Amino acid sequence: MTAPESTCPAPRSKVVELYFLEHRAKLIDIASFLDRVDRAPADGPETDFRIEAFHRALAILSDGRAERARRILEALSDHSTEPIDSAAGLKGAFGASPE
Amino acid sequence: MTYIDPHIHMVSRTTDDYQRMAQAGCVAITEPAFWAGFDRSSPQGFYDYFRQLTESEPQRAAQYGISHYTWLAINPKEAEDPGFAREAMSLIPEFLDKPNVLGIGEIGLNKNSRNELEIFEAHLDLAADRGQLILVHTPHLEDKLKGTRLIIDAIRNNSALDRNRILIDHVEEHTARLVLDGGFWAGMTLYPETKCTPQRAADIVETYGTERLWINSAGDWGPSDPLAVPKARLEMRRRGHRPETIARITFDNPRSFLGQCPKFVLDGC
Repeated sequence: MTAPESTCPAPRSKVVELYFLEHRAKLIDIASFLDRVDRAPADGPETDFRIEAFHRALAILSDGRAERARRILEALSDHSTEPIDSAAGLKGAFGASPE
Repeated sequence: MTYIDPHIHMVSRTTDDYQRMAQAGCVAITEPAFWAGFDRSSPQGFYDYFRQLTESEPQRAAQYGISHYTWLAINPKEAEDPGFAREAMSLIPEFLDKPNVLGIGEIGLNKNSRNELEIFEAHLDLAADRGQLILVHTPHLEDKLKGTRLIIDAIRNNSALDRNRILIDHVEEHTARLVLDGGFWAGMTLYPETKCTPQRAADIVETYGTERLWINSAGDWGPSDPLAVPKARLEMRRRGHRPETIARITFDNPRSFLGQCPKFVLDGC
């Protein structure tokens, strides 16, 4: 595992103490969400680009490399470079970019 | 300890929020012009909004000892019709000399369209012509990385602009370095779902340092928390950050950036 430069003033044991339970709950929330998607009756295309992006992001979580948050945000980003022709009728965002 | 919330939309909040913020140590806020949750039907709607920001809201804040400053613009979500947007923009100069107006904002991009970019560049020209500070909104979620790059390119193409007088807001882990390495100031916004949590904001401080970086709540009519800044301060304290580090992010840095406008004065701080 890559060891990032130490910039957090709290020692590792305290970081685990402070945050483990909170993030354990979030981890189970993710598992439960994916189970819910699987259980829900299909009503459209076989796959949803957001769920596909979610699974790609999950792989980053466990690859053992640093800067996971930055790399997940990049994985969920639109990587095109030119402005779109029109935003008419568009206001919100999806959270992931269609491939 | 006192703090500044440099980006919050108090027109969408109750007076109780002013009271709670004052009790938590807030001494000043700055309120960028933004989208009301629906598109205004005429430029007159912006005229009334600018009056609210420059006349009514400062009085409401003053009841709780909070100094209220503001930024004027037509936000990118209503910039898709360039003719309409330019008409609304034409109202801005009348308000720029009001005592609580710090500059042009929040401008930027939403869906990264050509028309949004045209109106963003027009705002940059206005700010350059009038020597105004600039507060930039970056897009949401999957649009943020591309939008931040387009915004930085547009600013670089305008040689009249001083990057030290521009804050690019809503940075996250994938855009903070772009903004800071570009010589701009950077803002982190604390939202429960769509931007940073207090924990992630503290992580970004630990990763990128305290220079030219601030934290705001961007509290508005959606899911948001007007007490997000004091919660981030608590988060940093839990981890053992020094009081000077916390003060730098939540008070000294906003005061330094905003103080480039001589109208920004904090009595007794």
